Amino acid sequence: MTCQTFASLGDVMATIFGLNLFALSGQLLVGLINGSFYALLSLGLAIIFGLLKIINFAQGAMYMLGAFFAWMALNYMGINYWWALILVPIAIGLLAILMERFLVRPIANEDHLYSLLLTFGIALVLQGAFTHIYGSSGLPYQIPAELKGGTKLPFMYLPNYRAWIIVSSLVVCFSTWWVIEKTKLGAYLRAGTENPQLMQGFGINVPLITTLTFGFGVALAGFAGVLAAPVYSVSPDMGSNILIVVFAIVVIGGMGSIGGAILTGLMMGVVEGLTKFFYPEASTTVIFLFMVIVLLVKPAGLFGKEA
Amino acid sequence: MKAMKKTLLAVAMTVAATTGVQAAGISDDVVKIGVLVDMGGVYADICGQGCVTAVEMAVEDFGGTVLGKPIEIVSADDQNKPDVGSAKVRQWIESEDVDVVTGLVASSVTGAATKVLTDAKKIALISTSASNAFTTKACSPYNVHWTYNVAALANGTVKPMVAAGKKKWFFITADYAFGHALEGIATKVIEESGGEVVGAVRAPFGTTDFSSYVLQAQASGADVVGLANAGGDFVNSLKTAAEFGLTETTDVAGLLVFTNNALALDPAIAAGMKATSGFYWDMDDQTREWSARFKARHGVIPSMGQAGQYSMTMHYLNAIKAAGTDESDAVMKKMKETKPDDFFARNATLRNDGRMVHDMLLVSIKDAASRASSDDIYNIEAVIPGDVAFNPMLPECDFK
Repeated sequence: MTCQTFASLGDVMATIFGLNLFALSGQLLVGLINGSFYALLSLGLAIIFGLLKIINFAQGAMYMLGAFFAWMALNYMGINYWWALILVPIAIGLLAILMERFLVRPIANEDHLYSLLLTFGIALVLQGAFTHIYGSSGLPYQIPAELKGGTKLPFMYLPNYRAWIIVSSLVVCFSTWWVIEKTKLGAYLRAGTENPQLMQGFGINVPLITTLTFGFGVALAGFAGVLAAPVYSVSPDMGSNILIVVFAIVVIGGMGSIGGAILTGLMMGVVEGLTKFFYPEASTTVIFLFMVIVLLVKPAGLFGKEA
Repeated sequence: MKAMKKTLLAVAMTVAATTGVQAAGISDDVVKIGVLVDMGGVYADICGQGCVTAVEMAVEDFGGTVLGKPIEIVSADDQNKPDVGSAKVRQWIESEDVDVVTGLVASSVTGAATKVLTDAKKIALISTSASNAFTTKACSPYNVHWTYNVAALANGTVKPMVAAGKKKWFFITADYAFGHALEGIATKVIEESGGEVVGAVRAPFGTTDFSSYVLQAQASGADVVGLANAGGDFVNSLKTAAEFGLTETTDVAGLLVFTNNALALDPAIAAGMKATSGFYWDMDDQTREWSARFKARHGVIPSMGQAGQYSMTMHYLNAIKAAGTDESDAVMKKMKETKPDDFFARNATLRNDGRMVHDMLLVSIKDAASRASSDDIYNIEAVIPGDVAFNPMLPECDFK
């Protein structure tokens, strides 16, 4: 459905700019692939903010950690990509649970600013430590043999790994959305954060739910990190490069809106992709420009509820 | 009375020292070398702590003293920010008696630092910056630019490719001063050699995903896609080019490749790619001997910037010894009079504009099968004589 919408959007744009539709289709597809990364990362942030009201600035560092863990697993323990894809997010999730329990929870009742500063500090420490140990040039990580090569589409050469990125991240994104919005577990989660006292009165262990939610939200970043390792440079600054953009996406989508984060992530990937085609110099700025406009017109974000 | 005499003597000595009454000899009784580098950012590996290590090695090999006075090293992180770098340099000169500033990596920082240094008549020994401005439009009698510059990269890598029939070029360029300079000078070389530039995209610094640019390069019908970028941008763009099959149909030329970047790339992707380098550790016994010592201390093989850093520091200390003073003008004169000659500087001269002209290497990245060790990454394809590689001296920069 979204794909069709984008394809017809492509048609319109092609007529408007008188450009080769093939070239544009390639750019749209590439935009969607990047968008699925944004969707994964902003989903994690939106869950953590939407349900726990914590602004997690360490999300980028956890994404970096995901890529590094995948590299370490392969080089120190011989664990291949597929196992890493499962084990690394679990490891990162556990790390996040410890972080929530011992660092974030003690300041949970303070102003949002405290958790923001704390997680920002954690991110700086992690990034600094990895730069110290592994240097800033990055480490090589190969595309798994099963996903090497590509398919020749009429309008572009689509590497198999990129196709895998879009499929796997969309599956993860939409199942997460489905669990939170459509299941009983999700209902507990939402209720527990809305009114913790009442839920505790019903015998629901709210602190446990909070911890697990934080762990899951961060694990999503770890998953994105493993997905990114074969295609982007595994380097300590990979997280800080992407984090600010992802925050802008969460703001555009509406702080805390789960579905909004996913759709906005995909949309911004496409917007950025088209900018890279028409005016590359603005490609790092366009999302922020979009954010400014959205904040002016609809301060709660595209999919956010008015406060 | 005696105490007062002593005090007066002390005051007189202090005044003499601070006003630089001594025309010859070592000012402040110490030669202080300031090493300004990026310690934790994108350029930390190509110079960074490794450049500090190279300076330490040079000082130790020199004997730790010059003209009977100790040699001291201080270092600082410029964070790749020109304001941070120039503030540090000012502080060093004004309140810490630093005699010379070296390291100098990001061209923007070097631009700011050399201005401060020239105003104070202090020498800048530039190891790893790429821009050729420091010996052309921003030249100064106190600048020394050692390892390489954008002109050498373009002449070294681009010229032979155009001559071999790769006439149509497309550039993926880093959208800041260095990338523009590199693309500009490479374009000039291409056009002079009878080739043409069919298109270019300017990718912002730190772009994560290059697939959009790679698709545009693919659609351009170019014979060669030139990557006018560095560090992480270079690694990311090349990885993406390989993934999208660009490297199979088109030549991809990395215009600025450090050994650190080559080590970060899967040989399957990078094999066969040509690059120009000021130094390679595995060239002969001399380079291997020094590089082994460096690796033992630093853990990684030296980049061209780090090797140049040692060579340049040594040349500076030798010039102080020969001149009998650390006074900047006298030292510069001596440095230019004496031909640098060591494991790094081959067939070298330090021109009057401060450009150190030496043999450059055209290298290609080895495939996995022909690597004898993990550090065995380059084949040396050709030696490019210095006068072919570097830009000629401008008359207005001929500081005698």
